[in-house]
Amino acid sequence: MSVEQRDADNPELNARFFLVWIGRIAEAIAEEKDRLTDLDAAIGDGDHGTNLNRGFTAVRAALEAKQPESPGAVLVTVGGTLISTVGGASGPLYGTVFRRMGKALGEAESVTVQDLAAAFEAGLEGLCKLGGANVGDKTMVDVFAPAVDAFKSAAGDGASAERSAFNLAADVAEAGARETIPRRARKGRASYLGERSEGHEDPGAASAALIWRALAQTAAAG
Amino acid sequence: MSSVKLVGVVLVSHSAKLADGLAELVRELGGDQVPVIAAGGMDDGSLGTSYGRIEEAVREADQGAGVLLLGDLGSALLTVKTLLDEGVGKEARAVLADAPFVEGAVAAVVTASAGGDLEAVRAAAEEARLFRKL
Repeated sequence: MSVEQRDADNPELNARFFLVWIGRIAEAIAEEKDRLTDLDAAIGDGDHGTNLNRGFTAVRAALEAKQPESPGAVLVTVGGTLISTVGGASGPLYGTVFRRMGKALGEAESVTVQDLAAAFEAGLEGLCKLGGANVGDKTMVDVFAPAVDAFKSAAGDGASAERSAFNLAADVAEAGARETIPRRARKGRASYLGERSEGHEDPGAASAALIWRALAQTAAAG
Repeated sequence: MSSVKLVGVVLVSHSAKLADGLAELVRELGGDQVPVIAAGGMDDGSLGTSYGRIEEAVREADQGAGVLLLGDLGSALLTVKTLLDEGVGKEARAVLADAPFVEGAVAAVVTASAGGDLEAVRAAAEEARLFRKL
């Protein structure tokens, strides 16, 4: 099989890329575990970091065991593992995102940035349908919705601005997470706190931002 | 002579103790005929909801008349929703009730023991939202 000529500025989105991305997420989660848990202690039940760390540790093991050969297969494995191992709400929520993304990417060994943008859209749709959150409810949707939008716009229709799509989306994601700080929670355990949830960053939004930054780092290194 | 098949009830909780305790409490109401299966906690005993446990519980609760699932908190329901979306329990006709955990379980088991079908059992569980206690 001939190797496609790749523009040096744009990463090849093959299984390896996705494995590296997931590995970075797992590392970031492990590093930030306590911060995520502290955020969750402030407005949740104090287990977000621990739960996600358990989930992504299991993800690493599952990927090691399965050795998926396509981007789609990688993400489907990630999603399925998260659904069954995280233990908290973020398990089914993130699990559904990754699973939907994986299904959208199908079995192609390499995908385009536009494919990835479409996959993110499918993931976001699954997320919103399952959790029922809207932007402004102070959840991970406050990160995912604008980030997916930014990524989709910047990915465009194949223009050379592809690499910057990743950085842009990560910046938008981090801004989205910060924007949850003043909001009142309208979903999840934090919603029981009402006014007292204001002034704290949503832990799901925080972890979502980590996911997008890990993606940008993977693209930059690629 | 074939026996009447009763709707099974699965209790999903973040806590194994909570699920087990509730199962113990409601089993008596079902005259020990209604399959009441607890699915609480993670496999390592910690708090959380386990996809695998729920899947197993649905299988155990299935007598052929349908299975009703109840959850303690929102995230338990998310896990069940995800599971059902994946097609788990399709043959068993598993459905999730939007009901209070304890009161819904009581209503469900009582209705199931009286031979109520899946819809009746779910409706009874969900009506429990309206009960006043004092």
